[in-house]
Amino acid sequence: MNKRYLGIWFPYLKTDWFTKRNTALLYKPVVVFSVSRGRMVITAVNNIAAQKGIAVGQVLADAKAIVPNIHVEGDQPDFFDSLLKKFAEWFIRYSPLVAADAPDGVMIDATGCAHLWGGEQEYLDDITTRLKALGYTAKACMAGTIGAAWAISRYGTQQIIPGGHEVTALSPLPPVALRIDALVCDKLHKLGLYETRLFLQMPAKVLRRRFGDHFILRLQQAMGYQNEAITPVVITSTFTERLYCFDPIVTRPGIEIAVKKVLDTLCERLKKEQKGIRTAVLKIFGIEGNAQQLEIGTNRATSDAVHIFKLFELKFETIAPGPGIELFVLEVPRFDEHIATQENMWSVEGSLDTPAVSLLLDRVANKIGEDTIRRYLPDAHYWPERSVKKATSLSQQPTIDWDTQKTRPVKILRKPEPITVAAPVPDYPPILFRHQGKVHKIMKADGPERIEPEWWLQEGLHRDYFYVEDEEGSRYWIYRSGHYYNEQPVEWFLHGYCA
Amino acid sequence: MSPEQTHIIASLKKEILSMGGIKTPAIEASFAHGLSFMQAHFPGRVFPKGAMHELLCHQPEHMAATGGFVSALLATLFKTQGAIIWISPVANVFPPALKRFNINPEQVIFIHPKTTTQTLWVVEEALKCHGLKAVVAEVNGVSFTHSRRLQLAVENSNVTGFLLNYQKGNPATNACVSRWQVTTAPSQKIDGLPGIGFPTWKVELQKMRSGKKGEWMVEWNGSNLQQVNETMVHHQFDLIKQAV
Repeated sequence: MNKRYLGIWFPYLKTDWFTKRNTALLYKPVVVFSVSRGRMVITAVNNIAAQKGIAVGQVLADAKAIVPNIHVEGDQPDFFDSLLKKFAEWFIRYSPLVAADAPDGVMIDATGCAHLWGGEQEYLDDITTRLKALGYTAKACMAGTIGAAWAISRYGTQQIIPGGHEVTALSPLPPVALRIDALVCDKLHKLGLYETRLFLQMPAKVLRRRFGDHFILRLQQAMGYQNEAITPVVITSTFTERLYCFDPIVTRPGIEIAVKKVLDTLCERLKKEQKGIRTAVLKIFGIEGNAQQLEIGTNRATSDAVHIFKLFELKFETIAPGPGIELFVLEVPRFDEHIATQENMWSVEGSLDTPAVSLLLDRVANKIGEDTIRRYLPDAHYWPERSVKKATSLSQQPTIDWDTQKTRPVKILRKPEPITVAAPVPDYPPILFRHQGKVHKIMKADGPERIEPEWWLQEGLHRDYFYVEDEEGSRYWIYRSGHYYNEQPVEWFLHGYCA
Repeated sequence: MSPEQTHIIASLKKEILSMGGIKTPAIEASFAHGLSFMQAHFPGRVFPKGAMHELLCHQPEHMAATGGFVSALLATLFKTQGAIIWISPVANVFPPALKRFNINPEQVIFIHPKTTTQTLWVVEEALKCHGLKAVVAEVNGVSFTHSRRLQLAVENSNVTGFLLNYQKGNPATNACVSRWQVTTAPSQKIDGLPGIGFPTWKVELQKMRSGKKGEWMVEWNGSNLQQVNETMVHHQFDLIKQAV
């Protein structure tokens, strides 16, 4: 099947956008500028400004000298790129394959689409009329190649080029219409090749030597001797499911049935598209216009309706149906790639990241809060408080080994508790310490183990840790903060209980 | 007794045990190495997995000792395999310390519920989860009804549960298959060297359904639980008394 492409050019995209927002600009010269190398340079002009002799690339001050009552707007390049993308998405109503063609156009693969509008002319008319109604000036051209559609929409006058007539249509156009470098373009002009027809029939060998590969590629793409593809925009699909109730629902069984029904339909869709829920929001609208919202999150993507239902079930108590509920809306703001059938393959017994464990953690997280669940991995610090970090997911594995060189307490005190200590010789382990009124006589001790706070992270004194055992056999992790210095009392702390 | 009769008696014993909520593994020879000195006190000479065990610990020192003992027990029973959930109201377990007891700290998921009701709910949910090896829960007392619920949950899922009960006073009767009390004990000197030896505990088995009571001095030598020579300990106690 012969390909058909529709090139659309917005000659005044930026100024049209500003005019749409301020209709007073409709009959005024408008320019858009951006700052480049310390000068304000014009990046777009409207029809009226162009007629008065203002062109893109001029300095704003010059333009103001020519036309004093000019209206000036600042450029936002990123915004206009996204606007173009939005246009491309809007055009999906005309064809499934649409690409944004920066900076000021859209390219549509219209193969096999036009007949739905009754023909190519009708198709084109429909598009241009709609765009005009939106307030945008647009020029469109339909041709058999991307290159030709682009060139003729911008530099030509015809609207429809029948398949196979691209070469004839391209002939009278200037070389710049072929989407080639400005340098090559200048070279062609210097050689007197002002029109495409002057070099269209020249042998490729000769042209390649003088103007490079890219030029030949563009030329052949425009004529259809070389394939070219567009990168179509992809619309992120949204997962939403609604359920209207003819009779208002007030009872819990009713709510359960409704939620199950909504979930089943949605999960069926998710499974088909190989997606899994990470966050789901259930919106409940009562007949009096009151709205409520339940939100759940999962640790890993899932499309299991039963599991999601269980998570919502934990929150059903908070629903106040009032006189009745008439609408349930389930939205999935966050979802991930997920293939349901693979789950069984990966559920190795004993590993953490199994469906059974994640389902349990989902239930816990949704009932008592996500922040209550923690998993730790080693971190490359000696300072005890920083030697572990929280894992971000169940599948995250440690990147370094756990340090087992020295004894660490099984139970650590989040805030070290001050103790009073009798130490006979500085830097020797103490002979006894008093904690919460109880005296512990130290029978055995290991240490000291000096740990410095990393000065680039935290200022403070170093700690000299001792691992001590008292007369009852209980083992403690205590430390002295800083050095002995000038008879000043030093501070000792209990930091944990060892096994 | 003829061999036939012994066989019948063995199978009947097994049946009685399973009625009492203790499942003996199909291959009895798969008992954990390293617990051989305790074996005689366990029903069917096997540590009852897939059951609830209660451990009493009143002081923070003993809490740490119990934590160490449970970790060592888990490492002996499961050989560092499988997911473990550790439920405690306060986040005070220091994960790097578990590595010394052959537990991979990254395999432990800590859950810190804020209220007692939440704790019991989480414990029950976790015990029902097939994907876990063990659940360790620090609780402040547990009623008979609750412990019964927990015991029923593990019987279905085959998860091994450890309740670290820090309630003061006499413990209430509950449905756990065993009750232990682990307290700290002076460590043995290694070859007379100064410093602290291996972590040592006095382990009392106060109750074991279809088993026997017992009391041991146990130390963790870095890879195994082993019994400490009693006389040595007594000798040490005497030395301490003299010193005091």
